[in-house]
Amino acid sequence: MVPTSYYLILSAVLFGLGVVAFVFKRNVITIFMSIELMLNAVNLAFVAFSQARHQSDGQVFVLFVIVVAAAEAAVGLGIIILTARNRQSLNVERVDLLKL
Amino acid sequence: MADAQELGQPVTPQLAIFFVLAAIAVIGALSLILQRHPIHSALSLIVVMIALAGLYLLMGSEFVAAVQIIVYGGAIMVLFVFVIMLLNAGAEERTNVSKLAGVAGIPLAVALLGFLAAAIARSNESAQAGLQSGTLANTKEISMMLFKDFVYPFELTSFLILVAILGAIVLAQREKS
Repeated sequence: MVPTSYYLILSAVLFGLGVVAFVFKRNVITIFMSIELMLNAVNLAFVAFSQARHQSDGQVFVLFVIVVAAAEAAVGLGIIILTARNRQSLNVERVDLLKL
Repeated sequence: MADAQELGQPVTPQLAIFFVLAAIAVIGALSLILQRHPIHSALSLIVVMIALAGLYLLMGSEFVAAVQIIVYGGAIMVLFVFVIMLLNAGAEERTNVSKLAGVAGIPLAVALLGFLAAAIARSNESAQAGLQSGTLANTKEISMMLFKDFVYPFELTSFLILVAILGAIVLAQREKS
């Protein structure tokens, strides 16, 4: 018996760590991985609510989130390979074409 | 486990397993932030995902746990590791981090965490009952729901994946000189 709120707190902590990684990391691939971490935290909250309320909707949503994350990883890594080829660097500071 | 005893709950095996897995997940996430080399960050993220799969098993959603390991731990993270090795990514170079990230970033992240924690603390009276682990035989239920109630979104995801495949091919092909 684990209270649902424990899962939610863990989910919030993981999401916060994902935000911190997203803000502070300089490597494009690591920033992309921190997005995956945030998606995982949200999935944990989905499954916790689904089990607490004894409804399976949440777990179906988790499947959809995983599908979208897979599609996102495929396209995003393609973009990363392209920018790395053009800029010879994975540092986001170097990709500043739209910067004022 | 100390705070569980403060709440007046006996430390059951499930609770102990939860705290071990939660600690592994949080340490993995911290390691993702602290490692300077992307491959180490990727391996830390795999640890987080395996720990989360264990938590799903603990909650009794074995199907999501299996999908988590196969798709996230298997497919997506292998793709990440593959790209890191393909690009021969070295350690993260230190640049002059904008002062704004340090000044505004940490307080904002703490504030976000505070809002989330406050929302959870306010709303958990109903959720405090706790969840039985392994009470639902719910893989069947998920499949019924996925292929009956959510069949149109399901078909839409297949179209989404098709578009993603096309996008990846278009992005990755070499430009003709």
